[in-house]
Amino acid sequence: MTATAETQGAQMVTLRIWRGDANGGKFEDYSTPVTHGMVVLDAVHQVQATQATDLAVRWNCKAGKCGSCSAEINGRPALMCMTQLAHVLTDQPIVIEPMQAFPTIKDLVTDVSWNYEVKKRIKPFQPRKPDAPDGTWRMDQVDVDRVQEFRKCIECFLCQDVCHVLRDHHKHEEFIGPRFLVYVAALEMHPLDTADRLEDLKDRDGIGYCNITKCCTKVCPEHITITDNAIIPLKERVVDEYYDPIMRLWRLFVPKRTALPMVSS
Amino acid sequence: MADYPTHEHDVLVIGAGGAGLRASIEASAAGVSVGLVCKSLLGKAHTVMAEGGIAAALANVDERDNWMVHFSDTMRGGQYVNNWRMAQLHAQEAPARVRELEAWGAVFDRTPDGKILQRNFGGHRYPRLAHVGDRTGLELIRTLQDHGIHKGINVFMEYTVVRLLKDGDRIAGALAYSRERGRFAVFKAKAVILATGGIGKAYKITSNSWEYTGDGHTLAYDAGAELQDMEFIQFHPTGMIWPLSVQGILVTEGVRGEGGILLNNKGEQFMYNDIPDNYKNQTAKDPEEGWRYCQGDRNAQRPAELLTRDHVARCIMREVKAGRGSPHGGVYLDIAWIKKKIANAPEHIKKKLPSMYHQFKELGNIDITTEPMEVGPTTHYVMGGVKVDADTQMSRVPGLFACGECAVGINGANRLGGNSLSDLLVFGKRAGEHALKYAKEHAAPSLNADAVEAAAKWALEPFDRQGGDEGPYVIQHALQDMMQDLVGIVRKEDEMQRALEGLAKLKERAKKAKVVGNREYNPGWHTALDLHNLLTVSEAITRCSLLRKESRGGHFREDYQNKEAAWAKVNLVTRKGPDGEMQVEQVPIPEMPAELKQIIEEMK
Repeated sequence: MTATAETQGAQMVTLRIWRGDANGGKFEDYSTPVTHGMVVLDAVHQVQATQATDLAVRWNCKAGKCGSCSAEINGRPALMCMTQLAHVLTDQPIVIEPMQAFPTIKDLVTDVSWNYEVKKRIKPFQPRKPDAPDGTWRMDQVDVDRVQEFRKCIECFLCQDVCHVLRDHHKHEEFIGPRFLVYVAALEMHPLDTADRLEDLKDRDGIGYCNITKCCTKVCPEHITITDNAIIPLKERVVDEYYDPIMRLWRLFVPKRTALPMVSS
Repeated sequence: MADYPTHEHDVLVIGAGGAGLRASIEASAAGVSVGLVCKSLLGKAHTVMAEGGIAAALANVDERDNWMVHFSDTMRGGQYVNNWRMAQLHAQEAPARVRELEAWGAVFDRTPDGKILQRNFGGHRYPRLAHVGDRTGLELIRTLQDHGIHKGINVFMEYTVVRLLKDGDRIAGALAYSRERGRFAVFKAKAVILATGGIGKAYKITSNSWEYTGDGHTLAYDAGAELQDMEFIQFHPTGMIWPLSVQGILVTEGVRGEGGILLNNKGEQFMYNDIPDNYKNQTAKDPEEGWRYCQGDRNAQRPAELLTRDHVARCIMREVKAGRGSPHGGVYLDIAWIKKKIANAPEHIKKKLPSMYHQFKELGNIDITTEPMEVGPTTHYVMGGVKVDADTQMSRVPGLFACGECAVGINGANRLGGNSLSDLLVFGKRAGEHALKYAKEHAAPSLNADAVEAAAKWALEPFDRQGGDEGPYVIQHALQDMMQDLVGIVRKEDEMQRALEGLAKLKERAKKAKVVGNREYNPGWHTALDLHNLLTVSEAITRCSLLRKESRGGHFREDYQNKEAAWAKVNLVTRKGPDGEMQVEQVPIPEMPAELKQIIEEMK
């Protein structure tokens, strides 16, 4: 597709967008004018409004807060609304394709329903008894800083998309992926929570599959330190609980704890 | 009824933002079946964009706060045309709704003694907003979502409701289509709760997402319910204005709550030049006192930057019109200046306003810890909505409820920041509770197959249109441009008359809008259907704005610049007449009980 007469003079960019559905598809090129500060999602919307009104793209806030417009831009998982065109411009067309770790619905839209099923399986928050007679709790800011980092997650699922265990090895049945390890970490490190999810992590959730390549951390638009702050501490807790011989011996004599050691109240 | 799949529930909730989720949780608590239909994926609704906090008189930071102060602040902010009963319930119940979130796993920022921290916000006398940095909305929606998924609610993601269905006078359900497959589904229900949010997409410059097309307003209107206060639109004073592609994206009031100041191109802190009479007693005399207030000095009054949003937006417009604006037609919002006052200012700013820091860094190439932002007004919120009973949230259509932004009442002519999140919790719960009660007291309705067929046929029309080659986006953009220009922040008679004529023409164009492709995930088709909703709410806004010949809150008339005592006594109610035309009527505001009047008097 070539530039139309009325847009001559403006700087043009070519978007190479994947068009198709679950049965297959192909890349198509669209040329569209560029304005200062434009993000990839703006360019896609421009194409949608003027050249391809049935182009499917999922989006909501256009401000990096809802995590809907996840895609792969020049091969890199990213939010289209937070990627400036200027930062991905080369002399080649900008390639935009749907996330590869999930089934395609249409064009840039993928079926992410698996993530919602996974979350449902994880034991929900279970608070301890309130600290004060009026039914409220007391928590210090330092004790919630880490949990607040995890709760920044906007569920864009880019970390799931980039994770090779899901993307290349398709272990969706055995591994919950970085997003839900962060979710479990937020629950496990919540100062008020009393539930124990370590056995689930070890057996059902497949935490052992993660070999800490940190790709998830690199693509996280919220800059959550997924691997170092969430996954590795969870791995350590699983190891302490199930594989540490001294702890095993200890537990023969001391009753199983109800709260985890790292939390303070 | 053709072969559409039919889903039957006791209570059907439309919309899965904070209000819809809270209503669903409440309705499901008593074991009835609840269906939740949402246009997007769960957890992506507009609530996620709320930044500053949830207003509730917890009195954790200042023990002088209580529901009566919150009530009188809300009424003053709304210029006294609020539904006083809703404002009262809201102020009384908000603290319990916030504490409940903590019991469900929310992690708010903390005070030094370990309680929920509260911050300053415009129009609130004391620090009142429970918050998590500047991403409170995300915390709220995620908490409700993660709690709600274990309650047995049937969630239908990426379904859009086309029309409400009735059984005689009472509600009977809705016809919807799934985005993914483009197929229709019938939802049969004893009670229906609308929680669809606002109308921002009727305007060009808005902080709202594509979803905000006035769906609930229009569904209710078409089903025979009434709308009220549609002339009151909140233009948030601080949206991003540059680069153009990010125009309208919200810059939280929290920036000003943390000490951010507004400056014109002469470097003047212009908000101190115009302080309304009814706020004189509550506003700092000078910037120094304002700063002390932000630092927690209990003897200081709040800075002029934290006057109500309607006023701040107009002051910004005035600076720009007088040639004192920033290069891209706004003013400067500066938080970096606090480095003169506190050590480690950059770290403090990043900690308190992390989303703002990233938003400007990544979209505007600006570091807010060292340089000022350029900001200007953006369409943010509609105070008007479906008229409901204050206690039950039921509209005049039996079994049809509404809550959150799509309902009307607590905000009057202007909403205070932070009151929307508490509104959706308080009235989401109430709507859920009363819809549940209604469902238990009533038998299942029956559906009218002809009405279902007619709605489905209407929805498919855009595919069948011959001739005309106009797509839906062109019409949507034309509408947004027109509403922005003619029924925006500053309104006048002749411009709004032109808007009415323009709306009539756009309605004709919308009837001919054509879409291409098939029914599966086809945004062009969805936009064509949304046009009906956008045009309906735009007409209501325009007609009400024409009628209200005064200026109050979010409604400013260049030709009637003063507030008039007579207009303080009425609300404007919009309904569909028997001839299908829109009617607007002045309805007197019920007399406030003596005890509430006394509270307002005492808090003056």
